[in-house]
Amino acid sequence: MTEDWVLYEVFIRARAGLEHKHVGSLHAADARMAIEHARDIYTRRQEGVSIWVVRSNDIHAADPAEAAALFDPAGDKIYRHPTFYSIPEEVKNI
Amino acid sequence: MNGACTAAEAHCEYVLRLADTSLVAGQRLAEWLGHGPTLEEDLALANIALDLFGQARLLLTLAGRIEGCARDEDALAFGRDAAEFRNVALAEQPNGDFAQTIVRQVMLDAWQLETYSSLVASADTELAAIAQKAVKECRYHWRYSSGWLVRLGDGTGESHRRASAALQALWRFTDELRVADELDARMAACGIGPEPAVVNARWQERLAGVLEAARLTVPAHQHYPWHGKRGVHTEALTHLLATLQYLPRLYPGVSW
Repeated sequence: MTEDWVLYEVFIRARAGLEHKHVGSLHAADARMAIEHARDIYTRRQEGVSIWVVRSNDIHAADPAEAAALFDPAGDKIYRHPTFYSIPEEVKNI
Repeated sequence: MNGACTAAEAHCEYVLRLADTSLVAGQRLAEWLGHGPTLEEDLALANIALDLFGQARLLLTLAGRIEGCARDEDALAFGRDAAEFRNVALAEQPNGDFAQTIVRQVMLDAWQLETYSSLVASADTELAAIAQKAVKECRYHWRYSSGWLVRLGDGTGESHRRASAALQALWRFTDELRVADELDARMAACGIGPEPAVVNARWQERLAGVLEAARLTVPAHQHYPWHGKRGVHTEALTHLLATLQYLPRLYPGVSW
């Protein structure tokens, strides 16, 4: 049966206001079934209030072989971090 | 069941019909554990079974209280023989292949969904509260089973053949869902149960819609010789109860 089923990636929003987070993957025949499976597998313990599913084939990833060219140049630019400001005591959650 | 029984006896009997239908259907679905066509379906069926066991626990507890003989949910679930069970006979029918399970669930889910939707307004406020919880679960059960029926019926030649065969085999058991007996009428008259004609009409409409989408035809009416609601069951229930009740009967009062 599963040879006709494709892989879907599942994203769950834990609570209203939070972002959807990747939680895993599963097999399904189409998007509707993928959402039902995601509901049954990943939200049994009240883990979520919203589900996104995306066909794994539709996700494009950065090439690990290019990691050095892509990410290393950011390594010596510490001035991009907002660490040179003093934050007032009263300001929370920055 | 006859007109001579007291109001409490009739009330208890009616709640047992709902409770036992959930319990027996849950046990059937639980039999798929480890045997589902895929891991995902295995979990899906087990989740539905757990919803049904949850309904059964609440309803059996309620029935026990109405009965007033100090029988709790366990005493009622594990201490009664087949003839004392009041589930509709459709619920006890064997799983067969996946198509047969789905066809059974479609017919049962539609019945539970329409019944609980009406029971939300029951004069028995506790029953109404249980229905409120159950109706959300049943809505998902229906979504699951009706979705699968369309996939099977409107799928390959093989899946259509199996779904169609299951429908033919199980259709006779739907008589009991649609035809109200004296107790159903009595419960409706005192506001505890739903109006049977309303539930029946909505059930038929729901079924007709999904069968059309699944390219299946409503079978011709078949005579129905069993009345699970009145304790007249098919042999299948005895086997189911043997598994369900084995442990607590062998070790009375056992806990874990």
